[in-house]
Formats: sequence, structure tokens, C-alpha cells
Amino acid sequence: MAFEFLKEYMPFFLSGTLLTIGFSFAGILFGTLIGLGIALGKMMKNTALAAPFIGYIAFFRGTPLYVQILIVHFGVVPFILGQSNGIVAGIIALSLNEAAYIAEVFRAGIQSIERGQMEAARSLGMTHRQAMRYIILPQAVKRILPPLGNEFISLIKDSSLVSTIAAPELTYWAQAMGAQYSIVWTPYLTISLIYLVLTLSMSFLVHQLERRMAVK
Amino acid sequence: MIKVEHLKKTFGENVVLEDINLEVKRSEVVVVIGPSGAGKSTFLRCINLLDSITSGHVYIEGVDLAGRKTNINKIREEVGMVFQHFNLFPHMTVLENIMLAPVKVRRISKEEAHERAIKLLQKVGLEEKASAYPDSLSGGQKQRIAIARALAMEPKIMLFDEPTSALDPEMVGEVLDVMKQLAKDGMTMVIVTHEMGFAREVGDRVLFMDGGYIVEQNKPNELFENPQEERTKAFLSKIL
Repeated sequence: MAFEFLKEYMPFFLSGTLLTIGFSFAGILFGTLIGLGIALGKMMKNTALAAPFIGYIAFFRGTPLYVQILIVHFGVVPFILGQSNGIVAGIIALSLNEAAYIAEVFRAGIQSIERGQMEAARSLGMTHRQAMRYIILPQAVKRILPPLGNEFISLIKDSSLVSTIAAPELTYWAQAMGAQYSIVWTPYLTISLIYLVLTLSMSFLVHQLERRMAVK
Repeated sequence: MIKVEHLKKTFGENVVLEDINLEVKRSEVVVVIGPSGAGKSTFLRCINLLDSITSGHVYIEGVDLAGRKTNINKIREEVGMVFQHFNLFPHMTVLENIMLAPVKVRRISKEEAHERAIKLLQKVGLEEKASAYPDSLSGGQKQRIAIARALAMEPKIMLFDEPTSALDPEMVGEVLDVMKQLAKDGMTMVIVTHEMGFAREVGDRVLFMDGGYIVEQNKPNELFENPQEERTKAFLSKIL
């Protein structure tokens, strides 16, 4: 019986998996870019200029992701697009949330680089920006790869929350299947397995990257 | 070349430099000695503004570092610095360490920077280490590379902040030899060091600093043989 249902839902799980990967990929990409900007902003010497970035991190780390998704879905996206859109809202909410965590990872990584590196770069006439780009960030990225990998794995799992705003990713289809046939184990164990494959692949990927960078 | 007028530096409540006045001429080698906490390193770091100036003036070739329109990056291109802990860039090869600033800051071509780097590596006797990473080098080798890296910018002034203090004793000589050669070539140098023999041999002038002041300055032989101030005498009697 259960196998029949599963066969019927396979195409949906497949498209759901693709969408989950899409959400994760977008979240990682935008989250990392925004996160780097937030980290650099937070580290500015001028506290007035740094304040918005500090506030950003406080808000997105201090409130539930679920609530953020609801705000973006029912508030922000309709305000901008004129109508709601689960996929756009999901990408925005996941990226903004991820950015706050990644910002802290970046900041810790950048501040872990010995002060002498920045001083040596500046003493050679490099601007602060050049020193960051050529000296500090390349070293920081190497150090933050493991915690960054953890964030990426969290993001894959957290993307299941956007099922609540009708974005048809994995969890959404598991819920649909469970509701249609009043079953629990088959849909949820199936998607658990798929999530596990995704997170283990990500952790393998990050590990490979770490090894490649360690050689240098 | 370098002119320092009433330089004062405080870190919060803590006054590190009280009132420093100094003039360094072209090709002059000035050695700064004194007990730890005297402000020697801070003084050096004020000359290229790695530490900001609280009050007073530092002029490099007539340009006031504290001036509002002064572009400190331009000044630093002309003022090389060598650090106690080398501060080589560990993610780059020796060659990349030396070539980076000339290419990115001076904007010379990679070919020219490469040629210059090889020449400098020959000068410090390490051309076979061009493609090595800093982690694989000894302390003395690291410091010689750091000197080559600073020289690659073709600076007019070189600042040395205790360049041999972090080295094993047997490696001190190789670094001092490079610095001696540099002095012979006519480089203007300000050197903070505890190597009194070196100060005597290479220095045109030795400054004794204590408590945020230059207590005494003279030709090396004069200062070491015939110190005038009590504090200088006390310091020298402890270390010589």
C-alpha cells in the first residue's frame, strides 16, 4: 500500500528535492554575500555607522526564523510585488536569516587573523580594502570553512520551514501525502532520508574544500 | 628626511611618548635602544602612522603625517617596515609575498615585479626559496624575506622594529648581515634593537630612550664609552 502511494508521489518528491536544493543554494549564495557585507559593516570603527549592522544581526538571530518567514511572506513580498509568492518569500527570508549567522562567522574569522597581517599589508602602502581583499579574507575564509559548512547544513534543514507558506519543497509534499492518505511514517521517513543525503553531501563537499585549501 | 617635533602619544590614560624630537638625514642609520616600555616601538610605529599621533608632528620629506590632506598610503609606499614577528603572508609563496605590493600598490607589471623580486631574493641569499611558503622557512629566513618584501616597494626609508628579537641566536647574524649591506648601500634606516654590537658597528647615531623621552643621543662610540646621563649609564651597565 505505502509503496503505491510513494510511487504516486515520487515525481513530487523529486521536484520538491530540487526546490529544497534551490532554496538552500540561493540561501547560501545570498546569505554569504550579504553576510560578508554585514560582517564588514559591524566591524567599522565608527559605532554610529556600525549600529544598523549590529541591529540587523540582533534581530535576525534573536527572533524565530518561522516568524521571519511569515513577516516576509505576508508583509514584505506583497508590499513589493503586490501579491504573495512563496518561493520569493522563502528565498528572501532564508537569505536574510542566514546572512546574520554567516556575518558572525565571518567576523570571528576575520578577527582571528593576527593584527600583524593587517599592519604588514598597510605598512606596504595597501589601502584597508586591499589588505582585506588580498591578505585578511583569503586567510579568514580558510579558517571559517568548517563553521560555514555547519551554517550551510543548518540552512538545508531550516528550508523545510517554508513549507508553511506553501512553497512546494520537500516537506510540503510530505505533508500533502500524509494528509491525503492519513499516513505518517512513509512520507516523513522518506523525506528524512532525502534530507540526510543532502546534508551529508554538503558536509562531504565542505570537507573536500577544506582539504584542498589545507594543501596550499 | 624624517623630522619629529614634540611627538606625544597616549593610549588612554597611559602616556607612552612624552615629547620626542628628532631629525634623521638621508642615508643616516639611527639605532634606538632602551629598556622595554620606553616607547621605542611606539615611536617607530608613529613614523608610518601604524600608531596614530596624539599631538606634535612627524614629517617625512617635508610632508606632515598629521596633515589633513596627507595620504598616508602614499607615505607608506616610501617607508618600509620590518616587524619583530616577520608578519609574512602565510597563504602566499615567498615570491607572491614580495610581488604583491609592487603590483597592487605601485602598479608595476608582473614581469617587472618578478624580476625585482628575484634580484632581491638574490640579495638576501634566498633565491632558492622563491616558491616556498613561509611556514617552511626558519626565523632568520623569514626575516630576510620580510626585508626583501619591504625593499620591493623601493622605499626611501626603512624602519626595523626589533628585527632579531624573535630569532634563535644562531640566526641573528644572517639578518644583521643583510641590514649591514643595506646601510652600506645608503638606505636611511631607523632601527629599534637590543643588538648593541650591531648598533655600534652600523649606527651613525644611537638614541637612548626611556620613559617616553629621548634621554641621550650620540655617535655609538661616544654613547657606549662615555654616557652622560645617569639613566643611560644604569641601562648600559646592566646590558654590556
